[in-house]
Amino acid sequence: MKFPWLRVYSWLYLVFLFAPVFLLPLFAFNAGTVIAFPLQGFSLKWFAALLDNESLHEAVRNSLTIAITVSVVSTTLGIFAARAATRYDFRGKGPMIGLIMLPLVMPEVILAVALLVVFLQIALPLGMLAIILGHILVCTPFCIAILNGAFLSLDKSLEEAAYDLGETRISTFRLIILPLVMPGIISSLLIAFIISLDEFIMAFFVGGTTVTLPIYIFSQLRFPAGLPVIMALGTILVCLSILLLSIAEYVRRRGVARTGAKDTGGFL
Amino acid sequence: MPDSAKGGRFTRSQAFSGYVMISPPFIYAVLMLGAPLLAVIILSFLTDGSGAERIIRQFTTANYVEALGDPLNRLLWMRSVFVSLMVTLATVILAFPIAYYISFVVRPEKKSLWLFLITIPFWTSYLIRVFLWKVILGYSGVVNSALLGLGLIDEPLQWINYNVGAVILTLAHAYAPFAILPIFVALEKIDRSLLEAGQDLGESKAMTFLRVTLPLAMPGVIGATLIVFIPTVGDYVTPQLVGGPEGRLIANMIQLQFLKLDNYPLGSAISVITMVIVGVISLLFLLANRRFLRGQR
Repeated sequence: MKFPWLRVYSWLYLVFLFAPVFLLPLFAFNAGTVIAFPLQGFSLKWFAALLDNESLHEAVRNSLTIAITVSVVSTTLGIFAARAATRYDFRGKGPMIGLIMLPLVMPEVILAVALLVVFLQIALPLGMLAIILGHILVCTPFCIAILNGAFLSLDKSLEEAAYDLGETRISTFRLIILPLVMPGIISSLLIAFIISLDEFIMAFFVGGTTVTLPIYIFSQLRFPAGLPVIMALGTILVCLSILLLSIAEYVRRRGVARTGAKDTGGFL
Repeated sequence: MPDSAKGGRFTRSQAFSGYVMISPPFIYAVLMLGAPLLAVIILSFLTDGSGAERIIRQFTTANYVEALGDPLNRLLWMRSVFVSLMVTLATVILAFPIAYYISFVVRPEKKSLWLFLITIPFWTSYLIRVFLWKVILGYSGVVNSALLGLGLIDEPLQWINYNVGAVILTLAHAYAPFAILPIFVALEKIDRSLLEAGQDLGESKAMTFLRVTLPLAMPGVIGATLIVFIPTVGDYVTPQLVGGPEGRLIANMIQLQFLKLDNYPLGSAISVITMVIVGVISLLFLLANRRFLRGQR
């Protein structure tokens, strides 16, 4: 082994990254009410408490509605942008893409403030729709980053062959391009869904009285008595995220294999 | 799709198709990002009203005078920039070796597994992750319990929780993948034969790293720096949860002005100044490193 120290460091770094994730189930299955060591014994009561909590259920319903809408719309916008970025040349392309990608590198509190100001000016009611509009803004750059990869690996000659064989642009897109970029689209849908489900700052600013899952969690973090239930909820959310990410990764790898490219990257 | 259009050459051209494709996301960005940012800038020059009339349409620079004159704001700006710089420094320095490890040491077929592992914690509930750092660093938390159990300390350490250091650690954890991925991508692009050439020409391993690998990895390091620095300035959840009174940042002040004190013009002025500070620091950083970016893109 040439670099044993590098290997050790990398594993320690992984432990650092996963430390909070490993702690979560410990406290979720812990019988004690206080989130601290030593643990008090095994219990499922915090998971049971999740089942009859009406305000939590409402938050989950709101978050799911928002996240599903956002993932579909952001991915659709992302497809347009990624197609334009990878296939066409036109004046002003760089700055236009730059503006679309800007939310990726903007302090989120400023995006949220800006949207709040505009929504109040045009009298758009704060709530579900406002959160959806804000989340689309936040998620679209991530979708584009993922979809760019998928569209870049497209072979232009496949498309030209389809035109030569008499297909129209629309049928070419449907028959040739869409199946090839499908893995990217599925990854993009899942990633946007996860980001929206977890987004707090934007929802807090433009949500009015609408409670989403992160807003519910934030409100509960202040009450020590409610914390074990939040740990149980968090455990479920972590499992859900890992499941969705594994699907996204599986689909992405299959897509890479199909286009015959070398697999080097992950998300983003 | 312009295919059926009977118009002139332009409608069939590359450029036209490009504009058609880009317009939905571009129009969305103009309406939901461009216009709102403009509105914040305009609002920052208007006068705060009271009661039903929230904002009085009267030009003033008083908001900027007030925002810049308040010593608390100046303290929060300085602290925010300091914290963001420390987070960026910590995150990038910690991230570089692991990006290097994945790119140069890990076998190619295992690379995507490593990248996958690194991104997983990032996709788990942000609020709960931040809260768990509080649990790890807290008075009766994991670190203190472990140290007490091992007999290394006699009473719980208090300096590790509710301060700027806790904020830096938590944010360095939260932004880790943002730093690792750009550096990894830059390292992957390096032609491995350049490194062999360096060593063949008599450079030591360390010198090859400093004179070949590091300069070629700089675009990734610069990207990582900006993508960590800029968003951390706007984070207000982490300071609120783990920072304690000493760890509050400028984003907490912006939130206070908009959601609690209802002073939108002053809040807008603070936001605009914050954007300018972030923009100027980022530009200076890019200018200082421009020799590494030459020939890129």
